[in-house]
Amino acid sequence: MRDPADLPAPSRRRFLATGAALSGGLVIACFVPSAARRAFAAAAPPAPAPVDPNAFVRIGADGTVSVLLKHSEMGQGVWTSLPMVLAEELDCDWKTVRVAHAPAAPAYAHTAFGMQMTGGSTSTWESFEQLRRAGAMARAMLVAAAAKKWKVDPASCRTEAGFILSGTHKAGYGELAEDASKLPAPATVALKDPAQWRLIGKPTRRLDSRAKVTGRAEFGIDVQRPGLLVATLARPPVFGATLERFDATKAKAVAGVVDVVAIPNGVAVLAKHFWAAKTGRDALEITWNEGAGATLSSEALRDEYRRLAGTRGAVAKTAGDVDAALAAAPTRIEADYELPFLAHAPMEPLNCTVEIGKDRCEIWTGTQFQTPDQAAAAKILGLEPEKVTIHTTFLGGGFGRRANPASDFIIEAVQVAKAAGKPVKLVWTREDDIRGGYYRPMWLSRFAAALGKDGTPVAWSHTLVGQSIIDGTPFAPMMIKDGVDVTSVEGAANSPYLAAIPAHRVDLHSPKSPVTVLWWRSVGHSHTGFAVESFVDELAHAAKQDPLAYRRALLPAGSRERRVLDLAADKAGWGQPLAKGRARGLAVHASFESFVAQVAEVSLEDGRIRVHRVTCAIDCGPVVNPLTVEAQMQSGIVYGLGAALYGQLTLKRGRVEQSNFHDYRALRLDEMPVVDVHIVDSKDKMGGVGEPGTPPIAPAVANAVFALTGKRLRRLPFALD
Amino acid sequence: MKLDINGRSHEIDAPDDMPLLWVLRDLVGLTGTKYGCGMAQCGACTVHVDGQPMRSCVTPASAVAGQKITTIESLSDDASHPVQRAWIELDVVQCGYCQSGQVMAAAALIRAKPKPSDADIDAAMAGNLCRCGTYQRIRAAVHRAAELAREDGHA
Amino acid sequence: MHVCILRIFATLSALLLAASAFARVAEADADFATVQRVLQHPRCANCHIPGDAPLQFDDSRPHAQHVRRGDDGKGAPGLPCSTCHGQANLPASYGAHVPPGAPNWHLPPAAHRMVFIDAPAAQLCRTLKDSAQNGGKDLAALLEHVRSDALVLWGWNPGQGRAPVPVPHADFVDAFRRWTDAGAPCPG
Repeated sequence: MRDPADLPAPSRRRFLATGAALSGGLVIACFVPSAARRAFAAAAPPAPAPVDPNAFVRIGADGTVSVLLKHSEMGQGVWTSLPMVLAEELDCDWKTVRVAHAPAAPAYAHTAFGMQMTGGSTSTWESFEQLRRAGAMARAMLVAAAAKKWKVDPASCRTEAGFILSGTHKAGYGELAEDASKLPAPATVALKDPAQWRLIGKPTRRLDSRAKVTGRAEFGIDVQRPGLLVATLARPPVFGATLERFDATKAKAVAGVVDVVAIPNGVAVLAKHFWAAKTGRDALEITWNEGAGATLSSEALRDEYRRLAGTRGAVAKTAGDVDAALAAAPTRIEADYELPFLAHAPMEPLNCTVEIGKDRCEIWTGTQFQTPDQAAAAKILGLEPEKVTIHTTFLGGGFGRRANPASDFIIEAVQVAKAAGKPVKLVWTREDDIRGGYYRPMWLSRFAAALGKDGTPVAWSHTLVGQSIIDGTPFAPMMIKDGVDVTSVEGAANSPYLAAIPAHRVDLHSPKSPVTVLWWRSVGHSHTGFAVESFVDELAHAAKQDPLAYRRALLPAGSRERRVLDLAADKAGWGQPLAKGRARGLAVHASFESFVAQVAEVSLEDGRIRVHRVTCAIDCGPVVNPLTVEAQMQSGIVYGLGAALYGQLTLKRGRVEQSNFHDYRALRLDEMPVVDVHIVDSKDKMGGVGEPGTPPIAPAVANAVFALTGKRLRRLPFALD
Repeated sequence: MKLDINGRSHEIDAPDDMPLLWVLRDLVGLTGTKYGCGMAQCGACTVHVDGQPMRSCVTPASAVAGQKITTIESLSDDASHPVQRAWIELDVVQCGYCQSGQVMAAAALIRAKPKPSDADIDAAMAGNLCRCGTYQRIRAAVHRAAELAREDGHA
Repeated sequence: MHVCILRIFATLSALLLAASAFARVAEADADFATVQRVLQHPRCANCHIPGDAPLQFDDSRPHAQHVRRGDDGKGAPGLPCSTCHGQANLPASYGAHVPPGAPNWHLPPAAHRMVFIDAPAAQLCRTLKDSAQNGGKDLAALLEHVRSDALVLWGWNPGQGRAPVPVPHADFVDAFRRWTDAGAPCPG
């Protein structure tokens, strides 16, 4: 059996060769403004008008269909799912589809965010119409070319798997590509009725498998260029510290070291290979001006957060008289939930390759943030952004770390290349990654709730304390409203439970600290999901009600939350007996416009939490590739479960105490629960799948541990003693 | 030093302590073997030395001079190794960065144990981290790879 | 009279002999206590365990990656100890947290586990001498093993981040030799 996964990998070189060979082929530039432009798009650079090279699809004379992917493939499967959308309307043979990352260019701006980026679990819904139209336009032009050639009515032509047929005529797309490229793109095209879809919605295997099981897939860290040096950077040991002086004598004596340069964020050692760059860096003698950050400790921050939680923050959502209702109620429940700083720790350490030429710059990197990175590099070099070419490689994981408004790993590499006057690949060690900041912030959620006589909550107070990830970024004007960073309270201020609670208030403290912070898979939901779904569970138990029934009663009938909750509970056998020593817990949380419920089945083994099974239900609206959705649910669960069991970064005397996977642990294969994913057949609004699988797992497990032991786990990572 | 890599002899000029990983990646240009931690915690750098799995990030190249080093690039010429076929068939990969190491580890496992149990797979593959969470499909694909290898008479 | 004196002499001799034997037993026990102190140090005991999951570091925490003994003691099929543990400790340039190395890194095989950790002295002693468990070694072979085996010697040169066995190796070998010379008596 052969399938697309068996076809040769579309390496960069092969793709470009094909591109060069198809000068007479079809090149379509297609720009479909989205109706769904969001408020914060205004904060991002505007997307200029389209120009010729900005194409989504190219058809070679040999019939090969090359899709230019504007999103970054970082494991989430867009390399396959998005071409499926285009190929559906193009009506090509799926086996002929090749994929390559698009360059950084305005044509590839996110239709909602107005800049080229991959994040927020938006890729599929934001480009769905755009890619359908691109495919349909290309098909229409091929049909027009065929009709003209055969002197038939275009309406008499039909397409099938890369061929156009009319009467006795038949021609492959490749034969018609050159003629089609000379025709104007149609202003309007009809899209297929979903009932006719042959690809969309069908389980479709990945197009990047072959490259990735043979070691041939190119990640940023793999980039090789003539004369390229490898650099490592000695960064400040303390957040906010600055370089006072350094002595590079010993570093320069290391065989293979070529140069040592200082940049604003540290001292870089450039060498012929990584090992020399690393051992050279070890030999640097540096004095840092550590500044105020040197006294920072996470324990002190925790005390400060607890103090702040006792005061009123900026109000994100309020209704009724919460304080009066809390005071009057017969039953009052209070709880604090705490979450630590977390690093993203993608498997591929951060890296960036930079070649600066005369009036131009080329960058090879795995980034989620092409437009800001391009702008940042251009600014350093005094170039126009279009003079900076960004080659997006495969990303060895992103999880938000490669979408940094500060463009940290790009800027450092450009500065090093500029200072040294040499092409350079700046590579982070794992220690650099764990200690390098841009963490998921530390969070505290303090709740107080009052229950009515029937156990239903009548008052709900939720105070959050944690750093803003948006403060100080270009997104701040649009995403911080009245002192509330919307990402800090997402999943809390818009909790679906609030509608049923007459008096409620969600308020926020956003303390500042020198620790740099960033979105981490599922952003604010990564902490609000745990806090809200744990606390609701506490209320259910306080009300002596079944956690499923209690949630159902609070959630609106017909809501998508209730739909996934019911599905997960049903598939997990909620309420049915379990083996001795096991218990179930559940959680439901909506994020990124998708709805996910999970039931976790746990036991204790040698005093450790063992998660045996997770039953997951998702409603993400119409599905492009069920295999992608299933993989992303498993993925989100593994990421969230690893963090819940092990993930934490602590600071002492300004230093991050953890440094690598031995003390910043991730979930391992032998700890992997069996994950059953159930996808709701849904016609509702399309949502994302990259992140929504993460928020429910920590509370589902904590709730299961409570059911098993009576011990409530209110702090991550879980500690049983 | 002289290294036998993927059936070819390479004369390498490198510091004595230089890990095999960086010799492969930065001196020989074989970038399929990945750097993930540098301390044998993640398995991304797994290669075979005389048929045995080894973490190349904690193996000084000088320590394996004269031994037969096999990297992901030569596991097969055409993705035909049973592990590679199973990985493709079961759609295992996500970001793919850890997968060279996963594939090399799985190949070592089915060679050592042609019919691994679930427990064998858990024990052998616990040394390879995947942050995307492809573990469930890896478990299934190792069983499938073992099956394919038996069909081939590979073992 | 003579008989009497002889009797007294004989009794005295017996007492002296007994005292000397007692002293020898006490000496052997003291020597074995030294041996025990070494064998139950984390450098040795972390892998001389009753179950299948070895320990690591000075606090004898579970070994990272949940590694397994394997039937032959050389790790799980597909993840042998040698995957990470090389022939020698790594140079300092590799950092403080890398796996240590020595030739033939392994645990005792599953069929004879040679449990050292937490074993009472008498039990430890019997285990050590039991040729069915110790790989068929007689006392001379045992002595040679603790004197010269490279993996044993690693206990005194464990590399960064690990405490060496606190008894000097020469003292350990001397104590072991005296104990075996005394017939390797087990305490108690």
